[in-house]
This record gives sequence, structure tokens and C-alpha cells, in this order.
Amino acid sequence: MVSEQSDTTGGDTAPLALKILVAGGFGVGKTTMVGAVSEIKPLRTEELLSAAGQTVDDTDGVDQKVTTTVAMDFGRITIRSGLSLYLFGTPGQDRFWFLWDELSQGALGAVVLADTRRLEDCFPAVDYFEHRHIPFVVAVNCFVGSRTYGAQDVSRALDLDSGTPVVLCDARDRASGKEVLIRLVEYAGRMHTARLLDSVG
Amino acid sequence: MTEDMTGTPREPGSQWYDSEAGPLVRPYAMTGGRTKPGPTGVRFDLIALVTLDPAAPGTDGMALGPEHRALLGLCRTETQSVAELSAGADLPVGVVRVLLGDLLELGCVTVSRPVPPAQLPDERILREVIEGLRAL
Repeated sequence: MVSEQSDTTGGDTAPLALKILVAGGFGVGKTTMVGAVSEIKPLRTEELLSAAGQTVDDTDGVDQKVTTTVAMDFGRITIRSGLSLYLFGTPGQDRFWFLWDELSQGALGAVVLADTRRLEDCFPAVDYFEHRHIPFVVAVNCFVGSRTYGAQDVSRALDLDSGTPVVLCDARDRASGKEVLIRLVEYAGRMHTARLLDSVG
Repeated sequence: MTEDMTGTPREPGSQWYDSEAGPLVRPYAMTGGRTKPGPTGVRFDLIALVTLDPAAPGTDGMALGPEHRALLGLCRTETQSVAELSAGADLPVGVVRVLLGDLLELGCVTVSRPVPPAQLPDERILREVIEGLRAL
């Protein structure tokens, strides 16, 4: 990252922020996971729905209401002074896809949270990241009382590209969330290196 | 994700309007109706980092609104991302972007550009991130 002032000389001095998305169906535990690993209480930011959303946002019969807000929860992990990781929970509803485009711009990667009781809820997120070649891991949130499946079962059920990591996790648990993020960053690094090799070869 | 705000307790004396009415001040009233940052036309990423410019002129004589000053106040403590500023000032991201555009043009702040997707951080930084996460 380069600041407005220092151009190519930035190096270690320019503060660097990385972005990781946490996606998945409604109520799967996105905000819970962000909160579990974040050093700050998850913050909420709002985006006003603009013209881009009005075509899909049914505003019939809602007199006067010209804007709708979409909330995004996010947290932060400071790796060291000048290097921090931001985690964004993606808006759950499908009609806010246009916000995903902005969120995923420059993202290091994504965590797709899945619930084995309704695995289909995470299909859209899996498709989204696969099509855009954004590195992602599938984290299966092991809800109490739900049947446990192996990572391979989930991988097969989601028809994931080979190599896409599947991690079993507990979104409420900090250590578990950390492990998911570590797997993602490792995977993103491998993907990135592979792409660099492709581009020179 | 979106929470129903109707359940929030009202402050005494505020009963004369309900949440259905929306905010009392329309968000873009704070930007003078502008929805895009000024002539520079930059679009700040959610994780673009905003720092007070140490060489900035004093802001006392400037025609800044209270929201501009609130943003500057937030940056005074530490470097803030656009998302944090939005949450901290309780303003929609779109509004924060416009106000930041003003502050950038006035030379009050510097804003880091987002990482282009093709230039994701090198291996050294990723390793640093992994080690940092392990050490948490």
C-alpha cells in the first residue's frame, strides 16, 4: 500500500491494512466469528443504498423512504504497529451483492462460514469467490446438536475445487477463529505464489 | 444483519418522532447534497487508512462542519480506516467518503490508497500475519 505522499519508497513505514471477508448465510455466525477474534468490539458501519440498489429494492408503497441502509459489522486485529487485519462480515441478504464487489476489492481472502444443517445457504458465497478467483476457506461452524461431518464430506457436498481448505470450527471460540484465519492466509499465500509463477511461466 | 431499531429505548423528550421518520437530518445534508468526493474524484476503500497530515495548516479558520471536525478528532488519537471513521462518527460510509474528500483537498489528512488486487502483499508480510495471528 502506498500513501498519497510517499510513493514507491513506502516500504515498512507506510501503514498497511489487509482485508478479510467473512461470508455465509444469514445467522450462520459471521458477526460472532468477527467478534471472537477482533481486538475491538465489532463495529458497525452503514452504507446507504443508492441507485444501484433501487432496481432490486422493492420500494413500492413505501412513501417517502428514499434510502435504505445496509449494515456491515467489522473487527480489527493489529499484527504490529503499521500492519493490521480488518475482518468484514458481509451483508447476509442476496440483494446486497453489489456491496460484495466493493468489499472484495483488494481483499486478501474470505472465510465462508457454513452450517451443515443448511449447507445450501453458503452456495452463493462459494460461487461468488470461486468465480472471482478470490482465495477462500470454508469454515464449518459446528453448532451444538448438529450432526458432525468430516471436512471431506463438506468439501464433496459443496463440490469445491481441489485444494480449497475446509476447516471445522466453533465461531464463538477465539482460538478456533484464529486457526481459520491462519489457514486462510496460508492458502492465500499459496494461491498468490502459484499465480505469480503462472504469469512468468 | 440489519437490526430493527424500533426496540431501542428512547431518550426522554424524544417521543415526538419515531424511528419510522428516519434521521432528523438527512445524511447527505451534511455534505451539501454531494454524494461523491470533490474534484479529485477518489473513491476511498473501506480500509483506506486516514492519517492527520502533520504538515497540515491549522483548521481554526477553515469552513469545516462539525462532522468534518469529528472525523479529524477521531484521527487525532490514531490512524483510522474509513470503516472505523464511519462507525466512530456514526455516519454512513458514503457520507464519510465525501467529507474525507474535503479534508484531503484542504490538506488536513493523508489517505492511503487501497492495495490493487494484483499486488497483494508479498510472502514476507503474509508470514508476518500468520505469526502475528499465532501469537495472539
